[in-house]
Amino acid sequence: MSILVDKSTRLLVQGITGKEGTFHTQQMRAYGTNIVAGVTPGKGGTLHEETTPIFNTVADAVKNTGANASVIYVPPPFAADAIMEATDAGVALIVCITEGIPTVDMVKAFHYVKSHGGRLIGPNCPGVISPGKCKIGIMPGHIHKEGRVGVISRSGTLTYEAVHQLTNLGLGQSTCVGIGGDPIIGTLYVDLLEMFEADPETDAVVMIGEIGGSAEETAASFVKEKMTKPVVGFIAGQTAPPGRRMGHAGAIISGGKGTAAEKMKMMTESGIYVVSSPADIGITVQAALKK
Amino acid sequence: MKIHEYQAKALLAKYGVKVPKSKMVRNSSDVASIVKELGLPVVVKAQIHAGGRGKGGGVKLARSLEEAENLASQMLGMKLVTHQTGPEGREVQTLLIEEGLKIKQEFYLSVVLDRVTSQIVFMASKAGGMDIEEVAAHSPEAILKEYIDPAVGMQAFQARKIAFGLGLSAELVSLATKFILSLYRAFVELDASLLEINPFLLTEDGELYALDAKVNFDDNALYRHKDFAELRDLNEEEPLEIEASKYDLNYIKLDGTIGCMVNGAGLAMATMDIIKLAGGEPANFLDVGGGASQARVENAFRILLADKKVRAVLINIFGGIVRCDMVAAGVIAAAKNLGIEIPVVVRLEGTNVERARELLNESGLNFTTAAGMKDAAEKVVALAGQ
Repeated sequence: MSILVDKSTRLLVQGITGKEGTFHTQQMRAYGTNIVAGVTPGKGGTLHEETTPIFNTVADAVKNTGANASVIYVPPPFAADAIMEATDAGVALIVCITEGIPTVDMVKAFHYVKSHGGRLIGPNCPGVISPGKCKIGIMPGHIHKEGRVGVISRSGTLTYEAVHQLTNLGLGQSTCVGIGGDPIIGTLYVDLLEMFEADPETDAVVMIGEIGGSAEETAASFVKEKMTKPVVGFIAGQTAPPGRRMGHAGAIISGGKGTAAEKMKMMTESGIYVVSSPADIGITVQAALKK
Repeated sequence: MKIHEYQAKALLAKYGVKVPKSKMVRNSSDVASIVKELGLPVVVKAQIHAGGRGKGGGVKLARSLEEAENLASQMLGMKLVTHQTGPEGREVQTLLIEEGLKIKQEFYLSVVLDRVTSQIVFMASKAGGMDIEEVAAHSPEAILKEYIDPAVGMQAFQARKIAFGLGLSAELVSLATKFILSLYRAFVELDASLLEINPFLLTEDGELYALDAKVNFDDNALYRHKDFAELRDLNEEEPLEIEASKYDLNYIKLDGTIGCMVNGAGLAMATMDIIKLAGGEPANFLDVGGGASQARVENAFRILLADKKVRAVLINIFGGIVRCDMVAAGVIAAAKNLGIEIPVVVRLEGTNVERARELLNESGLNFTTAAGMKDAAEKVVALAGQ
């Protein structure tokens, strides 16, 4: 088992004919992901790279192919609309890679997904991978290894760094989820921690956070009250100055809130193995699993 | 993106938000004609992006023309220091001369995104003119909050709840409701990330005004507001950050001696953190983005090296899908073109990493290769200290 995605995932790609969409569709297929459809309005009825049927609407794609997950590579001005379209078509899992969606648009899309009972990962995230089973997104597949550690992270390349450390130590991953660096994201740590806690094939969880917001604090309370599996945590931005947006729209210390020190303190008090060095993530998971 | 008070007020006025009569000046010799137009007294307000201007001496009342002119010439060119500017302060280049109003009561209003509920929230408090963060810390119950349903937007009843909650009299409530709904509409239509009216003023003759206004824009939405480009004040920005923004590089200047070039915001922050743990101080945050092409690396190098405090550079690229040998070739070419002399530690990870290390070692340039972040941080801190 794994969470969110596995061998039964039937993926459709929104924005499949764009440069990003085309490249990552190739990469995902090469990894073994079952890509059943693409959606580009106006290009319905054609084939993408002579293999994947393209539809004009997500509803058509779902009806004809039984797609149960969607990945979105469309540009920022159209991405919130793409999220709502996938939700309306009843796609169970929506992964939005797009970076730079206006906040006002995301507020609408977030509540649309929520009120329709959908599950959105992202936006502004690397995606979801269950190594050896299914890869949805832009992460490099080869650094991952099948195994029993779950990973949840707000960043992209920092997640790869953590995964790389785990794989080098022989610790494979059950599922790695990039939840995204924006202030509004579809899924936060708590939902995923709950899934990992319930997943019989996950033994430990790595949680990588960033400055800004209070999602890590909420997650810490959940870990304290509900988790039996070990959780290893890292917060990026311990040296970040307040009031500056550190790349990600969500990574900003404002009004003295959302500092790394505050988050690390609360996580430590909740029983999370908090590392101050990003180089210690892998070895700390190894040590926690031996206890 | 941040803008000045006078710009924010001009924008809000278009939405029907009442603001005091005022004029912007860059020269104290223009004060006389403005005072003649507005009448006395006037308030002279320094226009800088940082908050806390009043406490820092950047907002003063003038009861005579002479006083107004003296204040203007004192303030123009001065370094205004507030709790948000840092000790070096910010040079005042623009003033707003505003009519003086008879204050009866001051309130606080703001519109922001609430990350916990992913909703826009309208906040209000009777403690106008005060630092809202202090109010929130000491008496959070004194802050009124209305969460906005994005499907229907802010409703009149919500504005009324705020108006009555502020203790406004029945005859003022309909005026206040209009004012509040205008602010909400401005927030959404301007794609603001923050809209703050502090203080929101009730005058002795029963009028409501936005006495101060702060509007920040959502950077992600600037593509649909091309006209905002002219509101940008480059005097308020760090020159190197302006240069970086021309190349779409995400650069933030800090005070240390170790320049960092990293792909990805999270990894860039983590790299700064590990430099600090190794005993060094990062000179900057710099995210070169996913591709890390030669052109981007070259521009990034130029910006890093323009900071004369930088004594060594750490490049940390997690290649992933990008081939490391290509990144290495780009780094070498950029370093050669720019004639880099200070030590550079390179940590690359991903496809073809061995070949990349060979290329760097064979280049004859001052590169030190590192395996892993810890090794890289320790090496660069040692080199910067020499």
